[in-house]
Amino acid sequence: MSPRLADLSIKKTRPGRVAYHNARLLDPETGLDVRGGLLTEGEFIFDLGPHVTGEGLAEDYTVVDAEGLCLAPGLVDMRAHLREPGYEHKETIHTGSRSAAAGGIATIACMPSTNPTIDDVSLVHFIERRARETSLVKVHPIAAVTKERKGEQLTELGLLSDAGAVAFSDGLNPIANANVLRRALSYGTIFDVLLIQHPEDIALSGSGVMNSSELSTRLGLPGIPAESEALMAARDIRIAEMVGGRLHIAHVTTAETIELVRRAKIRGLKITCDTAPQYFALNENAVGDYLTFAKVRPPLRSESDRQAVVAGLKDGTIDAVVSDHAPHDQDSKRQPFVQAAFGIVGLETMLPLLLETVHNRHLSLLEALATVTCRPADLLKLRAGRLQKGFPADLVLFDPDLAWRIDRKAFQSKSKNSPFDERPVMGRALRTVVSGRTVMAFSDED
Amino acid sequence: MTAEHKSHYFPHRHLLGIEELSAPDILHLLDLADSYVALNRRAEKKQDTLRGRTQINMFFEASTRTRTSFELAGKRLGADVINMTPTTSAIKKGETLIDTAATLNAMHPDVLVVRHPDSGAVKLLANAVNAAVINAGDGSHEHPTQALLDALTIRRRLGTLSGLTVAICGDIAHSRVARSNILLFNTLGVRVRLVAPPTLLPTAVERYGVEVHHDMREGLKDVDIVMMLRLQLERMQGSFVPSEREYFHYYGLDYDKLAMAKPDALIMHPGPMNRGVEIDSEVADDINRSVILDQVEMGVAVRQACLEVLAHNLDKSDHNQ
Repeated sequence: MSPRLADLSIKKTRPGRVAYHNARLLDPETGLDVRGGLLTEGEFIFDLGPHVTGEGLAEDYTVVDAEGLCLAPGLVDMRAHLREPGYEHKETIHTGSRSAAAGGIATIACMPSTNPTIDDVSLVHFIERRARETSLVKVHPIAAVTKERKGEQLTELGLLSDAGAVAFSDGLNPIANANVLRRALSYGTIFDVLLIQHPEDIALSGSGVMNSSELSTRLGLPGIPAESEALMAARDIRIAEMVGGRLHIAHVTTAETIELVRRAKIRGLKITCDTAPQYFALNENAVGDYLTFAKVRPPLRSESDRQAVVAGLKDGTIDAVVSDHAPHDQDSKRQPFVQAAFGIVGLETMLPLLLETVHNRHLSLLEALATVTCRPADLLKLRAGRLQKGFPADLVLFDPDLAWRIDRKAFQSKSKNSPFDERPVMGRALRTVVSGRTVMAFSDED
Repeated sequence: MTAEHKSHYFPHRHLLGIEELSAPDILHLLDLADSYVALNRRAEKKQDTLRGRTQINMFFEASTRTRTSFELAGKRLGADVINMTPTTSAIKKGETLIDTAATLNAMHPDVLVVRHPDSGAVKLLANAVNAAVINAGDGSHEHPTQALLDALTIRRRLGTLSGLTVAICGDIAHSRVARSNILLFNTLGVRVRLVAPPTLLPTAVERYGVEVHHDMREGLKDVDIVMMLRLQLERMQGSFVPSEREYFHYYGLDYDKLAMAKPDALIMHPGPMNRGVEIDSEVADDINRSVILDQVEMGVAVRQACLEVLAHNLDKSDHNQ
């Protein structure tokens, strides 16, 4: 069994009418979890519920028997690096979109870690045009907060938002100057922008390449202290409290940071955060003997931090799970650990790794799905992530119990840098539908 | 070599670190090295253990003493020895470590002796070649032959290792010598104290079965061996410690602090020394206490032992393609 991806000509076809019947319908927002069917008409969901069956449909319906599997909103990944423009040897919007489709993801917000960075309206237009022409899934650009992501001058937050930027972030260059962050958050309130900040005190991290611990000492590698994340998050939360604005803390990985967000939420602040699968599926031991595929920023943390991430997902402190897809070519990773690039590809492994939290009985299926559907959609103010009438027909059909082994060589992504290679997992997307069109479906052939 | 030496099978293809060695492995290497010490003092030093074998010393980081020591060791065992300093040529042209390894491998070397500024780089290279690889120091990770030669020096002077107390003093955080020594001493039952300011200690080092001291006098109290580490000068100019002067005042080894150790305590230093910074010149030259030149002599013997055990595990067949 392998995923079959549609080619780009599908975008020129009319989506028509499709009936999915005999499905387990899941809508994380309303808590819907029933057996039934769903009808799409054109690019939207026309109807759904137990009353929809495969019978009595008009002739022009394409009928898909879901065979009792889960039908959920197409996943929304609010942070992935697609590398175009500038690093097309690592990934392009096209190959990234194929990777997303293979992983059940219908919508991606892509990071401005490009060259040039997305700090101008024309570059937002460029991403949108490339997405229109080459992407199988929906792609929305995240623009830079500051020019060239240098942390100095603000970009045109208003005009960029109007052009289609769904959020703002300087990627792995956190805004170090407190006054710049204060102005970005304060000015951003006019347009209610979401400001995504990577929480790291770069000075405290120094030349660190992995979590600072007994293990980093054994390997003789410079460490990144857990405190460097919490310190920055604490400062940023206080600044957001001072001036307002929507601050979103990217990939939280430590117990202390999660506790800070938890308390901020209790105080009623508009603070949100996300994490990526590697932070609840792995701990620092994955670095093992200098495994550069496990080199990631923020670094994989201690086991107690990993458990805190799971607890943060459980109690809703962590709003979203993102792929944090960071593709790197082989040459960037086949290096001594210190010199290797930071990052893990994640689009094709996000769903099965998220489902581990369900199989391990930490989260219910709907709770887990909420972190990759309605919650990120709401943060980005996208009309997505719902299995409801009138919403876009973005869907994922998946088998939550299908056992398989991750194989990085089979990834659709241009890059294969995954520490999850050969990991046995349960659950896999078998069909991805974007705007009513099937862009990925599993086939038994080959 | 005696039958007793041959009886221990050395179960490693490479020598990448002390971490992978058991106590019998280490003792076997030390016994073997002892016999080479005697041989090296003879007029005729040449053996044919490595005759027909090619040894390449690749030093991606400058070194005089370690490279010379490996070169002598190889030549005395009959190997053809070539020195490469890739820092100047290929690396500057952008060749990756893996490319360099593949290129070298095509020349069919039997032993590669590698030093690299990055932790883990020697292992990365070892995975890409057919030759036996000896780690001659990788970043802040390990420097196994240094730990072995230190152990040999101590054992020859004091007759034993187990039950002794050693104080390792100085820049532990950036030291591969310290890491390899801590591992070796732990394996052989030597008590280890670390003496350094907190800025020069790595994270969670107290979990390595060592006693940590910030006060050098306390740390040296009744120790059998004082092992000084080199502190790079640029780390003493305000980044890790405020000044050379302040560092020497609190952490430099002088007779005053040395008086806290046992009366016959040995003084060791992996070299090269910063006289007047981490060690008082007079102390370093004290012929009754300082075994710094012994360390150099033991270095050659230990490296011969390492080359010999790895040579036994080399493939003896010819390769035709």
